[in-house]
Formats: sequence, C-alpha cells, structure tokens
Amino acid sequence: MSDYNFAYLDEQTKRMIRRAILKGLAVPGYQVPFASREMPMPYGWGTGGVQVSAATLTPDDTLKVIDQGADDTTNAVSIRKFFEKTAGVETTEETEKASVIQTRHRIPEAELTEDQILVYQVPIPEPLRFLEPRETETRKMHALQEYGLMHVKLYEDISQHGAIATAYAYPVKVEGRYVMDPSPIPKFDNPKMEMAAIQLFGAGREQRIYAVPPYTQVVSLDFEDYPFEASKAEHACDLCGSEHSYLDEVILDDAGNRMFVCSDTDYCRSRREAGHSGRLSEEAA
Amino acid sequence: MTPLLQVKNVAKMYGARIGCTDVSFDLYPGEVMGIVGESGSGKSTLLNSLAGHLTPDRGEVIFDTRTEGPVDTVTMSEPERRMLSRTDWAFVHQHARDGLRMSVSAGGNIGERLMAVGDRHYGSIRERAADWLGRVEISESRIDDRPSAFSGGMQQRLQIARNLVTGPRLVFMDEPTGGLDVSVQARLLDLLRGLVREMGLSAIIVTHDLAVVRLLADRLMVMKDGHVVENGLTDQVLDDPQHAYTQLLVSSVLQV
Repeated sequence: MSDYNFAYLDEQTKRMIRRAILKGLAVPGYQVPFASREMPMPYGWGTGGVQVSAATLTPDDTLKVIDQGADDTTNAVSIRKFFEKTAGVETTEETEKASVIQTRHRIPEAELTEDQILVYQVPIPEPLRFLEPRETETRKMHALQEYGLMHVKLYEDISQHGAIATAYAYPVKVEGRYVMDPSPIPKFDNPKMEMAAIQLFGAGREQRIYAVPPYTQVVSLDFEDYPFEASKAEHACDLCGSEHSYLDEVILDDAGNRMFVCSDTDYCRSRREAGHSGRLSEEAA
Repeated sequence: MTPLLQVKNVAKMYGARIGCTDVSFDLYPGEVMGIVGESGSGKSTLLNSLAGHLTPDRGEVIFDTRTEGPVDTVTMSEPERRMLSRTDWAFVHQHARDGLRMSVSAGGNIGERLMAVGDRHYGSIRERAADWLGRVEISESRIDDRPSAFSGGMQQRLQIARNLVTGPRLVFMDEPTGGLDVSVQARLLDLLRGLVREMGLSAIIVTHDLAVVRLLADRLMVMKDGHVVENGLTDQVLDDPQHAYTQLLVSSVLQV
C-alpha cells in the first residue's frame, strides 16, 4: 500500500462522485454536474474517467485500462500505473478478468457481463454543443426534449457527403428520453451499448457524469431513408484474421503498403493464441 | 368568428421606464396588422412581448390554438409556448443572421423546423426544402450552400422560407425589409404579399417604413412613447391621420 488514501481521492470526494453516479444511473443519459477535482494529469487525458474509476474501485477489484482499444499506449499505461500505485488493486489486460474497465474511445470486442463496469473518458459530454453554444439553451433543450437540431447535423452530413458521415461520437437516444454523446467511440461500437455491464461516463473538465444502466435501450439517431449503419474498414485483421472486429489502419512504408489490425489488442492477442492468423502473421511474428 | 390573437392591456416596463403599455387589439385569421412608430416608440418591445421573447408585466396574449381553443400564451407553460413558436408561429427577424443558422446549409435551415416537429425522412425534408426555395425565388441549385454565401435579400427570403415551411398561422415580422436596397425591398414585399394571400396568413409587421404597411397591412397601429396613439384601417390612417404624431409621420415621407 502507499501513503495515498485508497484510489487517490479522499473519501468525501468519492462519496460526492458516487452520488452523481447513482443519480446518473437513476436518470439514464442525463448529465449530472459534479465538483470535478484537480487530478495529477492534464485535462483531456481522462481526468473524468479517473475520478469515476477512483470512486468505483474497491480493493477487491481488478482494473483494466484501454486507450483506443489498446492496453499498451501511453494513456492506458500511465492510468493503470496510477491506480496500481494509489489503490494497490490488481490490474489485467484481459477483458474477461477485469471487473472495472476504464476506456478511452472504444468498447472491448469481448462481450461484457453483469459483473463488470465500463468507465468512459469523455472530452465533451454535450451532444448539442457544436450546434448550440449556450449551456442555458442546451439544458433547456434536454429538459424539453427538443432534439430536432441533432437531426439537422445528420441532414448536413447526408447533403454534403451522400451518407451520414459522422463516424465517431455518434449521438444516441437513451431509453427514449435523453440524447447522449457516447464519447468518441466509433459508431461501430454503438450497437454494443445495450449491454449487461454498467456504463459510466466521466467528463473532468466539463464536470459532468452520466450513465447507462445494464440492459438499457440505446438507439442511434438516423433518418427513415438513411438508417444507422455500424461501419468498419472492409478488411480482416492482418494479424488474427478477424472479420468482425474494429480495425486500425497502419501505414507501413511510403510505397502505399498498409495493414489493418484489431484496435482491441487483448482481443487480437487472445485470437492469435487460439491459433487464428491473418495475412501478415509470419512477417509480424 | 374567434380572433386568432387577442391582446389585452399588454404592458412591458424596463424598470421605471415604459417599454409599451395599455396595448389592446384583436387580430382575425387572414388579417395583417402593421405597427409603425419612430425608433424607441416601443414597437419592437411589443412584438417581442407578443411572440414570447419577453415576458409582459401585465396583460394577456390569447392565441386561438388548434387543439384547445383560445389560451393565454403569457401564462401557458414554457414547453407549450416553445412548441407553438415552432409550429403555429413564425418570427422573421430584421437581420437574417439572427434568424438563420449561418453554419448550416440552406436546405438544413429550412428543414430544421420540420425535423423539430418530428419529420425523420431525409428525402421528404429535402423535397420540401427545395419546394420552399423555389417559392421564395432562390434557385434549387443553391440548396447545399450556406447562407453566408447568399446576398442580403436572399438571406431574408431564406429566413422567410425557413419560417413558413411548417405552415404557421401567425407570423411576427420585425422590420423584414430593413437594410435592403429599394429594388430588393420591392421584390421581397411582392413575395410576402403573395405568400400572405396564398397561405391565408395572419401577420403582425413592425416597421418604420410606411410603404411596407401600405402594401401589406390591412390595419395599422401607430405607436409613440410606448402608447398606441392611433389605429384603424391602413388607408384611413395614412390618408386621414388624426393624431399630431401620425400627421407628422405621414408628412415626413419624401415624395420622389
């Protein structure tokens, strides 16, 4: 153990955050204001997610942290180390073994269970923000369910690009009431949001927490004649051969060679261990 | 016949100063009412009080709603009032920039009200947007251009299309021709007159341009220092002004 209080934050702060979380769960999709604390990391690096995780963790939990699906990128590594140091909890890279998963911009490929909590890092919680800059007005629009403006954005997409070009942070309607920004996850992940695990969203700079309880209806907004599509790159993973996972495109050289790999590193590794292989398996090995 | 809008003793104060006071009138379906007066006479305050942008300190503004009949819009709940203001009401601002979303294409601007009342079919929204662009004499090929690429007169016509697309019954206009040059004004007035007659709109037009009310308004109200000093049929008021201020106003128009 360390000289820090368990999970860095003091107990009063964790209590305050838990209250916000409970309120968020009671009103799915509603943005609950909370007194976000200064964290030992810059805004935009997951200060909201970290506070929610800190308030959620117990000493028995096993934590997994992913950044764009990967366990080994800077953001994921440093947040994992942070909680190893301040909370002394077990950490893992395996989705199935984790009880709390903090994520930036992805939902793991493996299906989550009722015993798990998924914590999202959110940069801008307000889905209407880029359409309506006034906070007083957006709150009123949420209160009165005036969501026509959200469709204006989708209309603009179709008129300019011939299809709904919004590929991430794709707006959803939760339980037929609040329109919510699912954080910048790819729209490929949107259908997964109707899941068994609890989903918590923390925005540190904007001081908002919101939540989606298990088995809650989450509908991606669309038009009758331009229905929502969960899109991904039309390839298979070059390492594990998966055709159903969300892929990252990696430029290999300046001669136009590229590869597609699963953005969920744990999923890709477990598939390779199970004997699956992709187009570039030998070269990568 | 039930009046579409009944205004009873509406007053709006700015502290101790009077914005407008003791204003009463009835507006019947299909009727166009002009409000004229000099700057600071309280005509914009009155219009904003009627349209729900300002809360009047006294008085009633009773609108004949489609479902519940006459209802006082000052005391109705905010969701109801906001619903009214994007279905049965329309507000045309003096500056098109106040009434348009400048970062959204012309089609999106017209479609916004449709989407706000629940239209979720892209094809039909676009079709109606194109139809309305045609009605306000904007080429359909401009449907994906932003209003910032439009001239002042086109922006104003786009604002009108955006407001009328849901088929409102009452239109509030605040100096709709202000800031436009005379030939553009003339065409806009022609267009407005056509639309008002064709759709059977009721309208309240605030302006300081007597030519506008002469062309559009059936009835006229003259305001000065927050009070209504004269009202009556437009031609009657303009041709035979009774109040000293109205006489001054009418005689101030330059004859070319």
